[in-house]
Amino acid sequence: MNERIELKAPFTDNDILNLKAGDMVYISGIIYTARDAAHKKMCEMIKDGADMPFDFAGAVVYYAGPCPAKPGKPIGSVGPTTSGRMDLYSPMLIEKGLKVMIGKGLRSQEVIDSIVKHSGVYFAAIGGAAALMAQSVESAQVIAFEELGTEAVRRLEVKNLPVIVAIDSKGNNMYQTGREEYQEI
Amino acid sequence: MRVINTNDITNLVERLSIEANCHLTSDIYKSFGAAINREKSTLGKEILSTLIKNADIAREGLNPICQDTGMTVVFVTMGQDISIQGGYIEDAINMGVRRGYDKGFLRKSVVKSPIDRENTKDNTPAIIHYEIVPGDQFHITVAPKGFGSENMSQLKMLKPSQGVEGVKEFVIKTVSEAGANPCPPIIVGVGIGGTMEKAAFLSKKALLRPVGEHNSDQLIANLEKELLESINKLGIGPAGFGGSTTALSVNILTYATHIAGLPVSVNIGCHATRHAEGSL
Repeated sequence: MNERIELKAPFTDNDILNLKAGDMVYISGIIYTARDAAHKKMCEMIKDGADMPFDFAGAVVYYAGPCPAKPGKPIGSVGPTTSGRMDLYSPMLIEKGLKVMIGKGLRSQEVIDSIVKHSGVYFAAIGGAAALMAQSVESAQVIAFEELGTEAVRRLEVKNLPVIVAIDSKGNNMYQTGREEYQEI
Repeated sequence: MRVINTNDITNLVERLSIEANCHLTSDIYKSFGAAINREKSTLGKEILSTLIKNADIAREGLNPICQDTGMTVVFVTMGQDISIQGGYIEDAINMGVRRGYDKGFLRKSVVKSPIDRENTKDNTPAIIHYEIVPGDQFHITVAPKGFGSENMSQLKMLKPSQGVEGVKEFVIKTVSEAGANPCPPIIVGVGIGGTMEKAAFLSKKALLRPVGEHNSDQLIANLEKELLESINKLGIGPAGFGGSTTALSVNILTYATHIAGLPVSVNIGCHATRHAEGSL
């Protein structure tokens, strides 16, 4: 386990370059949720030359579809979904500047190559720790694709959202190195 | 003949849908604690204690443990001496899911058609398995299944000549390929034998067995222990960041099969492997 780092979103290029695979990071600031359906739509919009639903520069995208909010709460449980389903779309979005991602699980080689090429970073949140992660969300607002329900793009204001650097800007992969360290067969 | 009213079935399914999603079962909760003591990775220990904290927050505030509140799998065990009155049992169960997912602020994750993918907006239909037994008992288990783990499940029709070694190899390969994706530490449900769909069903049903219990057949129980030991040597660890706790349990169910076949199904359950049960 490496250092514990607190960072404010959106990120600067320096923020990203300083992160190393295995770092525990607490993110505060503004992040955006998007998963399969929203990714598909954003990629179609890029092909059509349309404006993106939010400014990609330094922006953090969180692969998550929350539970409905209870009365008086900003959001319901909101943990990460499996990132692999976004692999088809991520290189196109990374190319457009959306290069800070939070999800869970393995990424394709193509995505890892894009992360390295554009100096991005892939964070993993702990899958299934969704009730805990909801406590880091201070406000939530649907900003695009409302018709997608839980899959809509939401602007979240977060405080100390706990994540781990899974793949850093050099392509170091915590999933791989962590596993190798403990593998006995 | 004992009469059961469909209203009571609806109410039970409604309650169990919320309970299953918000209350981690005590066997899994306890197994996290035991795993922390065994886990070799410091980060792995920290992740396991985060999961305990998450389960506490979920239980105290009746919040879903995970935002993927799953496709609702319902196991009905019904005595053949029971008469269902008030409507069709399947409608009653789906009404219970609809109400539970609404009242419990649970996510609606079901699409009407696998091709068109339009959300049904009430998490129905449920996947319902009926088992008719002697007597007049009526028992329901609600087991919401998230697709992070469901997508990592596999089935293979092995040749009888591949034997138990082939089974072991396939189970370990499936878990190894799944890696971090199914939210480890996982519960590994394994169905061996029967036909293709029987093996798949058994692997799902096996996930319901409490952690710490084993198959009553000693040979199968030994296979469960051996597989668990091998899986925990894969190094995947809590959340997939490396460690010695990749699985909490391997649960195997078997059935008679054909002279020409050896079906094996591996259904992976995440670290929450949610379920709640009740009787009428």
